[in-house]
Amino acid sequence: MGPLGISGEIGEAAATALRLLASADPELLGIVALSLQVSLAATALAALLALPLGALLALARFPGRGALVLLVNAGMGLPPVVVGLLVYLLLSRSGPLGEYGLLFTPTAMVIAQTILVTPIVAALSRQAVTDLLEDYREHLASLGLRPLAAVPVLLVDARFRLATACLAGFGRAAAEVGAILIVGGNIRGHTRTMTTAIALETSKGALAQALALGFVLLLVVLSVNLAAAGLQRVARRLEG
Amino acid sequence: MRLHGLAVLALALVAATLPARAAERTILLASTTSTENSGLFAHILPVFETATGIRVKVVAVGTGQAIEIARRGDADVLLVHHRPSEEAFVAAGFGVDRREVMANDFVLVGPRADPAGAKGPDAVAALAAIAAARAPFVSRGDESGTHQLERELWRAAGIEPAAAGGGWYREAGSGMGATLNMAAGMAAYTLADRGTWASFANRRDLGILVEGDPRLVNPYGVILVNPARHPHVKAAEARAFLDWLTGPEGQEAIGSFRVGGEQLFRPTAAGREAPGG
Amino acid sequence: MIGRLAAADGAEPAPLLPLEVEGLVVEAGGARLLDGLAFTLRPQRCTVILGPNGAGKSLLLRVLHGLVPPARGTLRWSEPDPTLRRLAQAFLFQKPVLLRRSVRGDLAVALSARGVPRRQRRARIEEALALVGLDGFAGRAARSLSGGEQQRLALARAWALRPQLLLADEPTASLDPAATRAVEAILRDLRARGVTVVMSTHDLGQARRLADEVLFLHAGRLLECAPADRFFARPVSAEARAFLAGELPG
Repeated sequence: MGPLGISGEIGEAAATALRLLASADPELLGIVALSLQVSLAATALAALLALPLGALLALARFPGRGALVLLVNAGMGLPPVVVGLLVYLLLSRSGPLGEYGLLFTPTAMVIAQTILVTPIVAALSRQAVTDLLEDYREHLASLGLRPLAAVPVLLVDARFRLATACLAGFGRAAAEVGAILIVGGNIRGHTRTMTTAIALETSKGALAQALALGFVLLLVVLSVNLAAAGLQRVARRLEG
Repeated sequence: MRLHGLAVLALALVAATLPARAAERTILLASTTSTENSGLFAHILPVFETATGIRVKVVAVGTGQAIEIARRGDADVLLVHHRPSEEAFVAAGFGVDRREVMANDFVLVGPRADPAGAKGPDAVAALAAIAAARAPFVSRGDESGTHQLERELWRAAGIEPAAAGGGWYREAGSGMGATLNMAAGMAAYTLADRGTWASFANRRDLGILVEGDPRLVNPYGVILVNPARHPHVKAAEARAFLDWLTGPEGQEAIGSFRVGGEQLFRPTAAGREAPGG
Repeated sequence: MIGRLAAADGAEPAPLLPLEVEGLVVEAGGARLLDGLAFTLRPQRCTVILGPNGAGKSLLLRVLHGLVPPARGTLRWSEPDPTLRRLAQAFLFQKPVLLRRSVRGDLAVALSARGVPRRQRRARIEEALALVGLDGFAGRAARSLSGGEQQRLALARAWALRPQLLLADEPTASLDPAATRAVEAILRDLRARGVTVVMSTHDLGQARRLADEVLFLHAGRLLECAPADRFFARPVSAEARAFLAGELPG
């Protein structure tokens, strides 16, 4: 512990963070941009898969549904490093999908994070739609909407809760480091994101730098959440 | 309609992350954290890129993992510092054209107050003193080159530290940086490569206690991943890198790398002297 | 849209009614909730299902709509295909079920579900809203409407689907007198346009105002089935007499 104590260290790191941002250091901006790109892409892809999946799990009865619900719920606790390892083995040149040369690229990182985010969004989507169904079940039956057709109707109706679900997914993606470290390789200027950069600085013992980067990451995530909240406010106002 | 918009956005974001189709010439180098964290690559690779137009992407992980990456064909070049593993790699047919590149050394660091009395020129004697005093010692514990050298030193001292009991010997199972963080936090002794130590910022009360012992020399070898085994390897560019690294310019770049005024790596390639020079 | 309720070959439903019901039994948890109902439903009239709480009025409406399957008995509709039958019916809930979107959006979903082509939807929506006096409300959030306005919206939605048969479950139970009058006027209007209405209520005055025919249910049994004037003037069963006198819990 330096002479300033922990509050001093944190204050110093916060100041460093602001200085880094103000200087618009191109390497830092590149890292921030890549973090956003990978995590947002993974969240969007996961939402595309998970929102309808969650709604279907709430709506339809089919053989194996119970097992699938269990898998989705358990999937929320998937250890990122295990997912990273499995995706690595999949994408490795010696693996089944090696010919595409996707390992150590941002695409591999998106794949790994999509796997991590999908169960969270699916579980929350299922819960949101289940809650809606209490109100809507008979009306949907009256209209003659079969489960598959009812999915888009219910997803739109649950849009605000689903937006929160997507933010939860994004949070998970933006925060994780275990998976993208393995499948991305933390290559400077290519697959280095905020979290892997923080891990690197920590491993170099540059704790102040790491903490500063941590503050920048917090700011970025906060900004995304603020933007989402703003969009929700606009959407609500437009609906009268 | 809103859902279509989301789908288009998602696919656009994903598409933007797809690797650019070979617009630039790049090779992938699997290496260890000691070379990356010390800043050596940041110093020498731009010189290579300027000279040849080839960009080198570095994946820096533990020695074991680097070798595994190369074995699977996920890298074009391997640069590590554990000769037995390197020779086994080539013997098994995964690599060709192994060359000496450079060497650095290890140092034994520990609390400046040195409660075990380890300070001196002899690494093996230092370890014996640490074991006798049961002073806290952090090992990398990850089968890395550093870890294997540490084990050889304990063997030379005739000590089995893990079996000795008493909890003074801790296996971190981590990279060099994390291990040094632990040692700094616990005021413990540990073995570190000079490159990582020189650029390590969280030293707290640690200092160098043993250096210069010939048993602490750490040679690095560079190997081309065997294109016969993995046809997709970019053999031409990778060989260009090996030639440059072990040639006069690369060796000069390595030797000119300084941290805090100190030279960290000693160029050792056979071709480092320019012809006639 | 996948799963849209429409006949594969675009066929229109034949007339649903008359409907012959015989020996209808609905059970749950070992108890008979509807016990041996038998009656005939004819088109072009307003049939009111009367009875005290717990008599089974809501349940009967749901059986007619196909939401609850009978345990025993037969329902002989004039249209044999259940999918086409659903197309020709609309259901009004006691507490209006509205989606969390605009008035127009709610109607659009219903029309889309019933396979009405996009071109025709706008016109139908505007016409339906005008019918119930909600023109100008198209852009408002459906759930921001008052209770009476919401039920009128539900009626607009039902009309937009052009049903042969409208089933209404105590449609004015939670509305104030002014809103109740407005809803009753719309129901009369729909009757005039050829929609058969089957509704439940425990409001005797409403039943007197609207009913052509009365089905009196008590404890799951159909005790009386008669034209309205005859039922109100000369009820046959003791329970009906007690109910009309206000002695049974309504």
